[in-house]
Amino acid sequence: MLAGVFIILFFYALGEGVAWLVQGFIPGSVIGMLLLFTALCLKLVKPEQIKPVVKFLCDNMALFFVPAGVGIVNATDILSRHWQAILTACAASTVLVIAIVAYIQQWFEKRRG
Amino acid sequence: MENVFNSEIFILTLVVGVYLFAVWLYRKVRLALLHPVLVSIPVLAVVTRVLGISYESFEQGSRIITFLLGPSVVVLGYLLYEQVACLKENMVSILTAVFVGSAVGILSVIYIAGFFDADRMLIASLQPKSVTTPIAMSIAAKSGGIPSITAIVVIVVGIFGGVVGPFVLDKLGITSRIAKGLAMGSAAHGLGTARAMELGTVEGAISGLAIGLMGTMTAILVPVVEALLN
Repeated sequence: MLAGVFIILFFYALGEGVAWLVQGFIPGSVIGMLLLFTALCLKLVKPEQIKPVVKFLCDNMALFFVPAGVGIVNATDILSRHWQAILTACAASTVLVIAIVAYIQQWFEKRRG
Repeated sequence: MENVFNSEIFILTLVVGVYLFAVWLYRKVRLALLHPVLVSIPVLAVVTRVLGISYESFEQGSRIITFLLGPSVVVLGYLLYEQVACLKENMVSILTAVFVGSAVGILSVIYIAGFFDADRMLIASLQPKSVTTPIAMSIAAKSGGIPSITAIVVIVVGIFGGVVGPFVLDKLGITSRIAKGLAMGSAAHGLGTARAMELGTVEGAISGLAIGLMGTMTAILVPVVEALLN
């Protein structure tokens, strides 16, 4: 288990390092994710080594953003001033994303035959 | 006496306890809008106020939990790896679809919210709304948004996408199982994936793949779009 914890922390730290080199263009955690993915594909990391840690973090992921979410109490004036903008933009954009992604994927499949 | 409520151990116990209660409630009631996060946040906001816990001590006390957001993004690389065979088979179509989906998601939020005269800070908080929460929060923080707004918006979007997704796909005449799963995961992250799993195993697996891809594309596209529009 601890080796798995180390591997995840190591790739997170590596990602932060790369993020610093590219001046924070992409978040370090996202770079860490891509590096871990690459290391797994190249068989540098054994999947079973990190599986318990992956399971713990994925199963409880929602807990990790609760404390930050409580910070919403400091943003209530923005929400009450702009709730129409938030609801309209998010609802319309979500439907658009679903439609365009599904349409493009299906178009490729049909074309291929 | 009030010091004890401001201590790290008290706050940690409180957050985990309230969250576990919310998970229990969610399983019992089975109502999408009672998502554990949407219940935990108001409950904690009220409890901290009643106990006189300042926002600063709350933030300090819950630091360990918030820290785990980073590692939970990193482990998504494992979930991507699990679906790599499926990605290889449909590489061009999947990458194109998610790339366009990510761009449409960002641009539509900018223009629609801009039409309502929303300020930059709010738009930056909404841009990553289709991305899994921990990635969305770091994208928002980086582009000058408010991560706590992003956290809540992302979950509401996930619930909405999960509910309307199958209906939209049906109306558009989408029959491809890959297309359905990809659309659900791209637009509604983990909550869309949960719904996609109900549609079928292919849909569920592809949807899980879409979460990591959409997160990566959006993390790259948000700063690019910002640079182009300014």
